[in-house]
Amino acid sequence: MRTLEQTLEEVLQLAATHFKLARQELSADTDFFQKLGIDSMQALELLTRLEHHFSIELPDYEMQGVSDFRTLAKRIQARL
Amino acid sequence: MKTFKGETLSWVLADGVVELALHRLPCNEIGSATLEELERFITALEALSGEARVVVIHSSLKSGFSAGADLQELYRRSQQMAAGDRVASLRDFLHRIHGVMNAIDASPLPTIAAVHGVTFGGGFELALACDLIVADKMARFCFPELRLGLIPGFGGVPRLKRDLGNAVVRDLLLTGRSINATKALTVGLVSQVAAEGEALRVARSTAAQLKKFDAATTTAAKQFIKPIPYEELKQEIDIFCELFTRPTVEAGLRKFVESTDVQPYLP
Repeated sequence: MRTLEQTLEEVLQLAATHFKLARQELSADTDFFQKLGIDSMQALELLTRLEHHFSIELPDYEMQGVSDFRTLAKRIQARL
Repeated sequence: MKTFKGETLSWVLADGVVELALHRLPCNEIGSATLEELERFITALEALSGEARVVVIHSSLKSGFSAGADLQELYRRSQQMAAGDRVASLRDFLHRIHGVMNAIDASPLPTIAAVHGVTFGGGFELALACDLIVADKMARFCFPELRLGLIPGFGGVPRLKRDLGNAVVRDLLLTGRSINATKALTVGLVSQVAAEGEALRVARSTAAQLKKFDAATTTAAKQFIKPIPYEELKQEIDIFCELFTRPTVEAGLRKFVESTDVQPYLP
């Protein structure tokens, strides 16, 4: 089973690909709303990609208040 | 009318397939303009029934199939009216939208919704009125109405109950969460999942298959296997109108309309 660090790295890689950024531009504590300027539609797209990648369901309400990749990775890890 | 290009949607009949494309920015929100053009489509479809064999409904906007009812318009109009007129006006709108949804649901022609991206609320209800849903891998389905103090009002509840197990219906309605295409396939909501960007192509391939069979037989089979829950649909309108009078709804709509939150769809 993946460790949290592995999950976090995969989340960062996936987000970098999705938002067409270099991986090194993102860090675990990046606020993806403020730094990336993403909107709700883009957030939903990312959620969908994460669900497919990790083969999980991640209800939207679990995303409430989540704005950094580390916390997002923890939410995902809890479903693996 | 074999082709039509309107403000919110367009259609074309070619080789027996009527393709209805939604294209009202930003995400095909269903308000009075879309309703009028959907009513025109239904009228045209009746006239085309001799030539048309299948209907495919899709969105040509990148943002998704449809984000649902035009809440901005709903709020704005309700604020412009005296309290006593609001529900009557709403009820009239709901009767008209139900007329469209019921016509699609009961169409003698097989209908396919090719959906991608956001397929929420009224948009989800439009897809549910169709016989088959083909979903892009990136599609998401959601009934977020409870966070506004409402239930779905375009016929979604009776149709969801018709198509899915009650546990799934409870999950979707009571949590207001969105589900992806894979989950939708698993629970039987969606008949096929297509790769990203391929839902319309898969829908067209399915339409080509549906066209092969005798039209009258297809109509008879469809009418036999697909009950239309007319009584529950009327009840839904009544419940929706009753809920609409509550202060929670005005507050919920105002919050949504005025929100600068980057995730306004979350409660």
